[in-house]
Amino acid sequence: MKRYSQKLMPFLVFTALLILWEGAVYVFDIPVYVLPSPVQVVRAAGEEFSVLAQHAAVTVGEALAGMGISLALAVFLGIVMDCFPLARQGLYPILVVTQTVPMIVMAPVLIIYMGFGIAPKILTVVLMCFFPVAVSFCDGLSQVDEDYVNLARSCGAGRLKAYGLVKIPAAVPALLSGLKVSATYSISGAVVGEWIGAQKGLGYYLLRVKNSYMLDRVFACVAVIILLSLCMNGLIGLYRYKALPYMRKKK
Amino acid sequence: MKLRVEELTFSYDNKKILDRMGFAVEEGEFVSLLGPSGSGKSTVLKILAGVLPFEEGEITVDGMPVRGLSRHFAYMPQNDLLFPWKTILDNVCLYGRIHGSLKTARREAKASFPEFGLAGYEDCYPSQLSGGMRQRAAFLRTALCKADILLLDEPFGALDVITRGEMQDWLLDIHRKMNRTVVLVTHDMDEAIYLSDRVLILNQSPACITGEFEIRERARDREWLYSQGELRGEIYRQIMAGAGEVRESGKNMAPQ
Repeated sequence: MKRYSQKLMPFLVFTALLILWEGAVYVFDIPVYVLPSPVQVVRAAGEEFSVLAQHAAVTVGEALAGMGISLALAVFLGIVMDCFPLARQGLYPILVVTQTVPMIVMAPVLIIYMGFGIAPKILTVVLMCFFPVAVSFCDGLSQVDEDYVNLARSCGAGRLKAYGLVKIPAAVPALLSGLKVSATYSISGAVVGEWIGAQKGLGYYLLRVKNSYMLDRVFACVAVIILLSLCMNGLIGLYRYKALPYMRKKK
Repeated sequence: MKLRVEELTFSYDNKKILDRMGFAVEEGEFVSLLGPSGSGKSTVLKILAGVLPFEEGEITVDGMPVRGLSRHFAYMPQNDLLFPWKTILDNVCLYGRIHGSLKTARREAKASFPEFGLAGYEDCYPSQLSGGMRQRAAFLRTALCKADILLLDEPFGALDVITRGEMQDWLLDIHRKMNRTVVLVTHDMDEAIYLSDRVLILNQSPACITGEFEIRERARDREWLYSQGELRGEIYRQIMAGAGEVRESGKNMAPQ
């Protein structure tokens, strides 16, 4: 019973906030261009459903492409940094620095270099998503108990085989944890890229409706971005659940 | 296969851990290395397993020198080290996977599961098994290595007294059936006496063999073990004679 009430609590609080918001807009007669009510947001989302879906498809495509590139790059660099301590010493601080640069500043620069196509949007996603994946995977690799590797070596595995048999599988949970975090950022990354310069995508749509003071549509778009981000996070969580059965099975 | 270790010397962090150590193990013999914690027992096994390199001395198996990883030895480390992401069946097939086909290895391993008391646990993950069962699985993995000499590093050290006793009986039974050469490292005097044909006392710092006790031709049961007061007393005195020196030199200085 306590478990159910704990799970129910966030929903109850969220619903209470929505009711409060709806009530405030109604009581104080707030115009829609200042603050739309939740009902108005839902109505706008319904009216704009097909348009939002088209833009969302573009944004999700960019986010997935960026995530894929981030994953490949992170796995490659993670292995390089784990195998060569000098590479780790040289690359790790640079990775940290890339995270300190605000993406809202970097995105226009990328557009100058790469034009208004899909490339700068994907690169924005990569720059936002790469770091958590790379750092998690690299730390996961470095934390593998050396005795596991020694065991495989004592069974006759060469260094490369021992690496593939022990280190990489042992670091997969850490990799997926990083991927889960970056999946949440991926949609926002694509939206930031689109916000600066695009002809389609949720970022472009958001800018257009904001400039027209259609705040109900702005809020509807924000809700879609939140939902998509949660879906991306949930998908990685689901994959982790399916791919790593040993993480869920108990004694 | 006959194992001979001569003048084995090993240092770690500028400190000599083993100093010209020597011993021999006959084919099919069960030999225990008994000594206090930090005396370098596990280091000897790691060197034999090829995980640690040694500086001087010689290791020979049937007269042939061995250095580094060798197909002659199968090593079972202190903790079971079962891969958490693999099922028990795939864990015990580690050797088969490295050296040949996983399919064949699985077929061979499955046949051994009942004998090792693991029938029905093939598709379980290590986290689903008790400590004793995990040790059985780890031992099956070691036994499935096509090696002549099994190196067991305190295999039951983490188990409770009752489970440890059961596992010792089980190991004796398995050893009788397999008839393979075993080198066991332990700090448990009763375990060493109960299981071994010969007990080597590893003591002093740097470590070397300071005593040897032959325990052949006797009934291997608990009653016999508890009646060996004199033998236990002798071994105890031997261990205590050098234990202080090991402690003084800084215990657990051997590479972990």
